[in-house]
This record gives sequence, structure tokens and C-alpha cells, in this order.
Amino acid sequence: MSDEKAEKNTSPEGTGLESGEGTTLPDKEVDSADTRTDDDRQAVDVAHATGVGRWAELSPVDSEPVKIGERRGMFGATRGQDTSGYGGLVTPTLLPGASARPYGSYFDEVADILGRALGESVGYDDAVEKVVVDRGEMTLFVAREHLVAVARVLRDHPDLRFELCMGVSGVHYPGEPGRELHAVYPLLSITHGSRRLRLEVTCPDDDAHVPSVVEVWPGNDWHEREVWDMFGIEFDGHPALTRILMPDDWPGHPQRKDYPLGGIPVEYKGGVVPPPDERRAYS
Amino acid sequence: MTTHDETIYDDTAASPGLDPALPGDPYGASVDDDTDDAPVFTVSGGDWNDLVDEATALSEERIVVNMGPQHPSTHGVLRLILELDGETVTEARAGIGYLHTGIEKNMEFRTWTQGVTFCTRMDYLTPMFQEAAYCLSIERLLGITERIPERASVIRVLMMELTRVSSHLIALGTGGMEMGATTVMTVGFRERERILRVFEAVTGLRMNNAYIRPGGVAQDVPHGAVDMVRGVVTELRTGLGELEKLLVENPLLKGRTVGVGYLDLTGCTALGVTGPVLRSTGLPHDLRKSAPYCGYETYDFEVITRSGCDAYDRLRIRIDEMYESLKIVEQTLDRLQRTEGQPVMVEDKKIAWPAQLAIGGDGQGNSLDHIREIMGTSMEALIHHFKLVTEGFRVPPGQAYAAVESAKGELGCHTVSDGGTRPYRAHFRDPSFNNLQAVAAMCEGSQVADVIVAVASIDPVMGGVDR
Repeated sequence: MSDEKAEKNTSPEGTGLESGEGTTLPDKEVDSADTRTDDDRQAVDVAHATGVGRWAELSPVDSEPVKIGERRGMFGATRGQDTSGYGGLVTPTLLPGASARPYGSYFDEVADILGRALGESVGYDDAVEKVVVDRGEMTLFVAREHLVAVARVLRDHPDLRFELCMGVSGVHYPGEPGRELHAVYPLLSITHGSRRLRLEVTCPDDDAHVPSVVEVWPGNDWHEREVWDMFGIEFDGHPALTRILMPDDWPGHPQRKDYPLGGIPVEYKGGVVPPPDERRAYS
Repeated sequence: MTTHDETIYDDTAASPGLDPALPGDPYGASVDDDTDDAPVFTVSGGDWNDLVDEATALSEERIVVNMGPQHPSTHGVLRLILELDGETVTEARAGIGYLHTGIEKNMEFRTWTQGVTFCTRMDYLTPMFQEAAYCLSIERLLGITERIPERASVIRVLMMELTRVSSHLIALGTGGMEMGATTVMTVGFRERERILRVFEAVTGLRMNNAYIRPGGVAQDVPHGAVDMVRGVVTELRTGLGELEKLLVENPLLKGRTVGVGYLDLTGCTALGVTGPVLRSTGLPHDLRKSAPYCGYETYDFEVITRSGCDAYDRLRIRIDEMYESLKIVEQTLDRLQRTEGQPVMVEDKKIAWPAQLAIGGDGQGNSLDHIREIMGTSMEALIHHFKLVTEGFRVPPGQAYAAVESAKGELGCHTVSDGGTRPYRAHFRDPSFNNLQAVAAMCEGSQVADVIVAVASIDPVMGGVDR
């Protein structure tokens, strides 16, 4: 965000500002209530002028962490092995929720430019479900139907220029109904000094389809095949979506959480060590 | 706890992997190798022209050659499927997966620290880079990136740069061998041996070191290591000079490599290719400069680029990069001497293993002083040691992506934590896996013999490709 831009947008939108201040804000190192002081007014003004990030201030519900499961007991031991007396303890597993503006670093700039560029076509609010800034990394949760449009803008816009997509990594969250499968795309912009950005797309288990970005980043060809192989996400529009690491006729998708690790017990010095997924575990 | 639910192992019907309706053994070997009565030749030595004559006598239009996965010049178990017209390759495809070992899945069933011993085995020629990328991503998840002691970062840089040299030596050595130059191979392996001796002295292991740990490194460098590395650097300079004399102006080598495996900047960017292949197009992209980690911004070195976009320039870049790496190694040695006695592990006792390693009568193990303390004097220390080693430490939920400039390109590690003591997901973006996609672009339209050179110039290691 440049200074001249901020000066242009001096018309105050007081209502939006006040509603933003009244919301509960996530307590995070990067984006905490401390960082959101009066001198962030410019960022808020720009956000309002461009129509970007308004939801983050108006709908505090989005900032709530995402629950992907729960942990029982004190030490995470399962199969009746928790003898600590804390077996009834239930702790939710919470992933970081949406962040509110300003995001800090170059993230606001990226969001602003993306917002303006998408405004002409699909619209930022429709395409980007939420923005999570966590541990100094920015994640854009993109609606899957708009993934290719967002990818194209990110690659082609001269102020964004994320030329390289460092593949795609699948993650299976069986505890997040309707959004079980995630595809995570780490992007890199060499032009802008190795800036990084992460796209995340979700799809449900029973409709595991995500559009392919191979037409935008051809180098994602094998990466998408790997995620199909390991997680069963179908990348629509991929030129040849076949298995890549497992044999062609392999049933199932091995890195999903409901797929067993397998293994055999091993004898060692007279004792028998069970396979890794049957050992006592604390997680 | 939903992450590793025990019930899944009892209910095969619910698992997408184990459909009980499937007849026989669903994981049994497939017998479906039907080639539809097409003539099949098995080539193992002999004159290629004889084969071509025999094949053309059949007046078949397409000849499809399966090179590998057990071919000595394909860098391990890479399978190249080539469609030939005479000796010209009209289509080239790479088939991978023959070394898939499920490391990423296995890592989800071990603690964060144990994961190091798995990821070090991915690209077995660059173990330190996987360890560093994995540990950097865990440290980002833990939020302790700033608290890693300086000495630990210096040791990491030292080990990574030595790994880069050893990996490049293998790249040149095996690449030379595949072109028929066995001396290049023996020199390359001889020089790498010196580096492996350093690794053995410092980590106890020559390969698969599991030395870089979340929070720092497993143990400090032993006494005399600095002098040893100094000696090795001098020897390596001599050896590299020898390699250089063998290769750089060798007319045979130039005839085989100049203009071969051409891939320009557009091609590299489109295919996401990084590392020496990208730098051979003239783009000085190196994460050590553009996104420094482990304090690389404080070292003095150059990013080597050339503009030929071919196998010869990649070879020259690797040679020059080794000299730059040795420069960095010498700078780390000065810093090691300056930081003598400082910690090599993060202060947080909830993350750092309490034990240092020592050589005992039965090999390397926990130091006897530590054993004496936990067994004899301090029960709390024993409990703490036991908890940390068996249970591990917890990592706050979230995800992180850390990338390092490996010898082959950007090695990224995407880790997800659910707040447990094990990775919820650990994914490695191996540079070889990505760069191998460029085989088709580099080889189509060239001769069969050039395929070998082009693949060697990518320097893929199948352990990393297949993971």
C-alpha cells in the first residue's frame, strides 16, 4: 500500500471502522489486538475503498478457529491405555481461523492487488473464502470453482507474478465435515524477491473434485497426480490423471487418514515389537 | 483424538483402500503385462544397429523402448519410455514410483524428532537438506526460529554445504560414468569419500545422518573437527582441480554435452524447475540469497549462473558451485572456532533432548554422565528424559512451509500439526521429482544417447523422487 493511495482514500467510513473495533480479535503473534492501533487506519481505509477484507471486520464468526477433531485424555493415549485418571478430558483440536486486517508484511498488498484484479471478473469476496495469516505465512482459502481464475491472476498480474507453484500437497481432515480434503499450493514469486503465498482449496470426501491448475502452472502435472494417487482428489482438467507412485491397479489412496499404515510385528532380542500403527501412542 | 483413529484398522469395509468385494489379493502382483502380440525385444548388450535392423525388418511404424527401471544409466530405478524413429527420440516419458517407500505416511506415525530419521532417507545423496527443511518447518510451527542458537545454525550451514559438494560430486561422477568416463566417476567418489568421513566423525554415520534435529543439531562437533574439515577443504580443492582439468575443456565431453538437454528460462519457469538447471538459463535464483535461512545472508558467496541452458553449462555450474560451497565452509569454520562451547540446541528443555551422545564400549549412545544422573541422582530428570523420548513434544496446530536450496533445487517441506506429538502431515517437495518432468522437453527430438546426458544433467535421485 502506497502513501498516495492512502491519501486518496481519506473519506472516512466510520461505521465500518467502529464495527471492526468492537469485534473479538484472535490472539496471535502476527495479528494481535496490539498491532491494530490507530496508525493502522490507512490499511483499514484501503481495505474499505477496495472492498477487500470488509467481511473480516463485519463477520467476526469467521475468525473463530477451525475445529478438526478432539483429543481425549491427558497424554493422547488411546485403546484404553490411559491410566492417568484424565481419560475423560476432551480438548478440541483447533486450526488457526481467519485473520482480520491488517495482515502485516506484504500480505495486505497482495490481497489488495488480488482484490482489484479479481474485481473485474469473479470478485474477491466470492473467490477468496478467508485469509489466514499464521506464523508469518499467508494462506488464501480459495473457492474451488474460482481456483483457476485466481491462479491465473496470481501468475500473470505484474505486481503479483507468482511464477512458480511449488506443487500441491494434500491433507485429509476427516474431522472437518464437508471439507475433508484440502489441496495446498505453495507459490513463489521470483520477480518480487521470493515472496511466498499459499493457496488452499477444500472439497468434501464424497465429491472429491478440484479444478486442475496444470494449464496455469504446467509443472504441477506430477504433483497433482501424486495427490490423486495418495488422497483421491480428482483434478478436473488434468491432461492425464493417473497414479504416479503406486502401481496403476492399486486400490485405495494410501495417505488418507482412514487408510491403515500396515506393517508386521518384528522380533527383536526375544521380544516382539508390534507394527508402528499398533504401538502405544501419545498423540 | 481423530487423527490416528484406532478403529480404522478393524473395519476394512469402511476403508477406501481395502474393498472386501475385490477378488483375491488386491495388493498382489499384477499379471496384466499383455502387449497385444506386439514383438518384444529384450536388449542387454550387443550392437544397437543389429537390433534396429531386426526391428525395421518387421516394418513396424513405432518402436517403443523401455529404458529402465533397471538400467544402470538411469540414475537408479527411473523408467524412461521412449518412442523412437531410427535413433531419434520422438516422444519421451518418465515412469517413476519404483522406489516409493511411503516415508511421508510413516512419518505420521512417529514423533516429530523421529521424523528426521525418515526424511533423511528420501534423497539419500542430500540427507542434510531434507533434515534442514523438515526442522525449519517444525521450528516455524513451534515459533522458535529466532531462538535457534547461532552455533547450531553454523553447524547446519557447514553440513549442508558439504552435502552440496558431495551431491554435486556424485552428479558429475555418475554423469561422467554414464557417458563412459570411469575416471570421472572414481575421482568424484574418491573426493566424496572425504566428505563422508567428515560426516562420520561429526554425526556417527556416513549417510542417513539424522543429525539436524528440531531445535538445533543432535550434538556438537567433536574435538578436532574444525582442523579435520580444514584439511578436507584443501584436499577437495585439489580434487576439484583434477575434475575440472578432466572435464571442462575435454572435447569428448563438450561434444556430448554442449547444446544437449536444452531447456530455456521459459521452459524452466513453466515446469517449475529450480536449482542448477534454472541457473543454467542465466537467472540467479538461489534461495540462500533471495530467502535466506540459517543465517545464509551473513556469508560471502556468489550465485553461479551461465547462459547456455544445456547440460554442459549445468556441469560447469556444479563445479563452480562446489568452490562457492567450500568458501562458505571455510567461513563456518571460523565461526565454529569463535562460538566454541556455545549451545547447539534450543534452550527450551521441553524440546531439546537432555542427552548428549558419546562413544561407549558398545558404540554410540547417551553419554554416561547423563545416564548416571538420571539413573542415580535425579528422578525428575529420568521422568523428563523418558517423557521426551517416548512421548515427544507437542507442536501447536497449524501448518508451515519451509524451503531450502538443495543441491538440486528448491526442497520444500510442508508440515501440518494437529497439536499432537506427531506430524499430522509432512509433505516434501523434492526438486528431483519436479525437475524430472522436464525430461520430455529436454529429450524429444534428440538422439537416444543424448537422453542419458539430459537426465544426468537434471541429476535426479529416485529416493527423493519416489519418497
